[in-house]
Amino acid sequence: MSVAKSIPHDSGPAHVSGSARYVDDYPLPENAVHLAFGLSEKAHADFTLDLTAVWAATGVIDVIVADQLPGVNDVSPSVHDEPLLADGTVHYLGQPVFLVVADSHLNARRAARLGKVEYSEKDPLVTIDQAVEADSKFGDPVTYAIGDADTAMSEAPLTVSGQMEVGGQEHFYLEGQAAYALPEEGDVRVVSSTQHPTEIQHKVAEALNIPFHAVRVETRRMGGGFGGKESQGNALAVSCAVVAQKLNRPAKMRYDRDDDMIITGKRHDLRIKYQAGFGLDGKLHSVVFEHFFRCGWALDLSHAVADRAMLHADNAYHLPNARILSHRLRTNTQSATAYRGFGGPQGIIGIERVIEHIADELGMDPLDVRMANFYRSTGDLTPYHMEIEDSISSELVAQLAESSDYEKRRAEIATFNAGSPIVKRGISLVPVKFGISFTLTFLNQAGALVHVYADGSVQLNHGGTEMGQGLNTKVAQVAAEVFGLDVSAIKITATDTGKVPNTSATAASAGADLNGMACKDACEKIKLRLIEFAKAKWGGDVIFAAGRVSVGEKVVSFGELAAAAYQARISLSSTGFYKTPKVKWDRIEGKGRPFLYFAYGAAVSEVEIDSLTGENRILRTDILHDVGNSLNPALDIGQIEGAFVQGAGWLTIEELRWADDGRLQTAAPATYKIPCASDIPDVLNVALWDGANLEKTIYRSKAVGEPPFVHGMSVFFALTQAVAAAGGNPYFDAPATAERVLMALSE
Amino acid sequence: MAHISFILNGEVIELGKANPSVTLLDYLRLERGLAGTKEGCNEGDCGACTVSVASMENGSLVHRAVNSCILLLGQMQGKSVTTVEDLGGNHPVQTAMVDHHGSQCGFCTPGIVMSLAAAHQEGRQDHRDVLAGNLCRCTGYAPILRAAEAVAEQPVPAAKFDERAALESLVDSGFTDVDAFAEWYAQNPDAVLVGGATEVGLVLTKELKQPRKFAFLNRIEALREITHEDGGTRIGSGVLLARLRGAMVGKYPQFAEMLRRFGSVQVRNSATIGGNIANGSPIADSPPALIALGASITLRKGAERREILLEDFYLSYGVQDRAEGEFVESIFIPEQEDTLGVYKISKRFDQDISALCGAFNIVVNDGSVASARIAFGGMAATPKRAKAVESALTGAPWNEETIKTAQSAFAEDYTPLSDQRGSAAYRLTLAQNLLTRYFLEHSGQDRVRVVGAVS
Repeated sequence: MSVAKSIPHDSGPAHVSGSARYVDDYPLPENAVHLAFGLSEKAHADFTLDLTAVWAATGVIDVIVADQLPGVNDVSPSVHDEPLLADGTVHYLGQPVFLVVADSHLNARRAARLGKVEYSEKDPLVTIDQAVEADSKFGDPVTYAIGDADTAMSEAPLTVSGQMEVGGQEHFYLEGQAAYALPEEGDVRVVSSTQHPTEIQHKVAEALNIPFHAVRVETRRMGGGFGGKESQGNALAVSCAVVAQKLNRPAKMRYDRDDDMIITGKRHDLRIKYQAGFGLDGKLHSVVFEHFFRCGWALDLSHAVADRAMLHADNAYHLPNARILSHRLRTNTQSATAYRGFGGPQGIIGIERVIEHIADELGMDPLDVRMANFYRSTGDLTPYHMEIEDSISSELVAQLAESSDYEKRRAEIATFNAGSPIVKRGISLVPVKFGISFTLTFLNQAGALVHVYADGSVQLNHGGTEMGQGLNTKVAQVAAEVFGLDVSAIKITATDTGKVPNTSATAASAGADLNGMACKDACEKIKLRLIEFAKAKWGGDVIFAAGRVSVGEKVVSFGELAAAAYQARISLSSTGFYKTPKVKWDRIEGKGRPFLYFAYGAAVSEVEIDSLTGENRILRTDILHDVGNSLNPALDIGQIEGAFVQGAGWLTIEELRWADDGRLQTAAPATYKIPCASDIPDVLNVALWDGANLEKTIYRSKAVGEPPFVHGMSVFFALTQAVAAAGGNPYFDAPATAERVLMALSE
Repeated sequence: MAHISFILNGEVIELGKANPSVTLLDYLRLERGLAGTKEGCNEGDCGACTVSVASMENGSLVHRAVNSCILLLGQMQGKSVTTVEDLGGNHPVQTAMVDHHGSQCGFCTPGIVMSLAAAHQEGRQDHRDVLAGNLCRCTGYAPILRAAEAVAEQPVPAAKFDERAALESLVDSGFTDVDAFAEWYAQNPDAVLVGGATEVGLVLTKELKQPRKFAFLNRIEALREITHEDGGTRIGSGVLLARLRGAMVGKYPQFAEMLRRFGSVQVRNSATIGGNIANGSPIADSPPALIALGASITLRKGAERREILLEDFYLSYGVQDRAEGEFVESIFIPEQEDTLGVYKISKRFDQDISALCGAFNIVVNDGSVASARIAFGGMAATPKRAKAVESALTGAPWNEETIKTAQSAFAEDYTPLSDQRGSAAYRLTLAQNLLTRYFLEHSGQDRVRVVGAVS
């Protein structure tokens, strides 16, 4: 067996020795040029440019403005509303205004600061309130509903209502955005740190007015993506391609970290208003949510993100009557984009706040309120009218509560708090149910290309991209499994639009589900040919195992079989294809089956706060997570641990702040803090739920990239519990910085 | 342009006419094609560019993990640099990182490997502190910490060459004598003084300024001494924060604990106490503790020296009592009983700039306050004493009522700003509450904070 094994990441040895290459590590020809953007210093203004000083700067070769672009001035992944270079008006502070071409990265950056821009300023819309007031939005509000929320609310024995603000999040991939382009006889080859090579191909082709077939995009690996390289790499790749074509020289662009933080989009922040009707038993009768998403200046993927938030407004709970209303606000800030969870976590935190509020109102343990409302294993309908077929929340949460000693520790914490005037503790268990599939149904397809060479070695290519999640390792395991080979016999190659066309972004946690299946399809086609050939040649049943193939009595190595098949003129190469079954979704009506299945999990976190300063830390976290039949337990646990810490960071120390004039004040690692090694809990126990995917996914595994991000929420609600124990107001906003915690204590 | 002579992965490098303000990272990646060392942030905050730098310190060979993105070639004179490429791939740290699934995207990994290898060489077990300066966005650190624990017991691989001998054989260049430097600087007051470059580095990499004249102070032994004199401890301005921490552990443990959280290993291995003081930042972390301890500094211009209290050095925002051509030569901490409390409050515990940093030095005799020196960073335009609070305390009985009264005096001492690190209201409340913390900690209360309690 090659699947279900904890095989290390295929690039592990290259990572630790420094030989793994990223975009900026490839040596380019001597005549390569380097690019940097001149950025807007205002959030909303008409402008004119004087670039004399830029042209005069050391090493400058060219300076390009909007009207000099050869093709479409657009890098939007959706509705063509995102010019590569601002054209007369800037819409956020940090927007690219002109493009400098220089002989070095440093000279390009230096020159980019020298542009003289005359601004005619307009009032920027920065906050949710300003955007609501100005009715500045992308499209009309969207509503999904089930049952009769208003009647059920009015008839409910008890109601609660409230509002919370939830902050955004900077991706902080360690490798900043980067791309280079090589001119190739009128065509262009682009190497990009992107989750979406096909979109880069399309945007480059549009920008150069050439067909898709004239653009080849390659991605070997990213130094982290997290959604931040789904659409945000377009601007760099297009710039490089434009310059490469114009000057007939290789062109490279990478953002300095601070530029990256001020230019690129982040996780959407939002305001959630809620009202819930419930019984004395804590059971939900009716829930109404109103989401206000701050989408920034361009649409990007905001509709899909905000949709997914609506689709997760129920989390793991049955809402018999519900209405979710979603506003997508346009503001003069970075265009918020995909970020691990893609709106899901933002939807989930709303219902978890509701649960906490109800428990508080009833004096119940929040866990009991959660247990009272879980979806039954089958039969319940979601607010978007999808029938639940696979819920394991009740069993999974019961198992975690037991293994983590939840009840006993909750009692011990109460005792501790009674005797500790300054330091207070809290504990919280938060479940997750996360829908798997792209909600844009057509994206649920994937391709693969597999070659078996005459020596029996296998080269594999698929449409997914490697950003650290171990996708290539998992897909290679699939190929090895089909051929009965060791995974070391499979060579993984860079994602390449020239090998597998028309790919979807590696996103929505679906990389292994989609590409693993496409790879399996390709391998099985070749295997079938080999079986037919072997049967005809030697007779008997054909079995592939441990690098050998037995055909009746005859045993040959896989390489011998491949060589013999080649001699017999058997094709040893195949494409593979997969499309996700069953999914069908009408996003306007809010009805259908957007997801093939759900991934489940839960986390318990215990925290403590210092009620004099608001400082807080995580003492222990226990996670039980459902990955179906794991393709690779070590990689899956790695995803779960990493997602948990990233999720906890989002809701604790990671704070994005914009000044009134629209300047992002936290646009550097000195001011925007992601968790470091000392921020993780002293005890972190992660276990995998023992159970197969009910759907026929790749070896019955489940997607793992995004769902465990939600586990960080257990930290946030443990903090609200600790604040309540200290006599403070637990209904504070996220992130729970030390300042927020302290201020909540003094309310 | 300067002559710079150093060792890179065992090879002696002689740069005849090098621009000393080029960063080591750019040199490695662009000049040497050593692309294993990564640029993650270009400002010393993420550690992806970590390399190991060895040099002779007080007669012993010391290896330090440092950020190469804000280390300048001019600082490399007389050093030996090891990059990830030189570990060979089978170093115990590398093997453990693979076995424990310690890399995902791999971009931070070379820096993590170098931090762990340097710590392994020094026999350190405080893995979380060791890694505080290495950000990883993928793994959540758990597998990296497991790798660090697994490797701790394994022997340090044998050196590939005689590093000590190689260092001693290097051609000398640059300042080593403090008198010569003092004389030169008096004549060249426009030069940029480089201690550890953790601040100057950012002037180059972020502000993109291009100063032409530098003086690199890191090889002036006289500035790197810690001496115990009559009546106190004298600390050379070139003493690394990493060494200062060690020197403070026994004497002023709360100062040492604050220094544990000052920057990161890499930053403390580069940054000097003199730089932190002379820079004049209102949020520098060492001045509050030093002011609370009644420290003075010696300023020197040419052969002339003068000594002033550190608190008098800070005149207004960005302005210090330092004449052209004058530099901070040393810091003197008077001998005293340890009653110091130092509280650094930041969004993230480690490697973060403080929202505020408060230091309390209150002597209680027979139940009443005999003396009080309290100083804060992050509360005013300069590091500043809380004189109204001090006078509210002095002479009063050491009890909760006094604390309550004194707390209200913070508003007389400070009118803090609101910024991304904290609102004015938060800062003022914090300052008041930290006095309570000090009182509780010095009244036998045990659990009054969630990190950094020093018994």
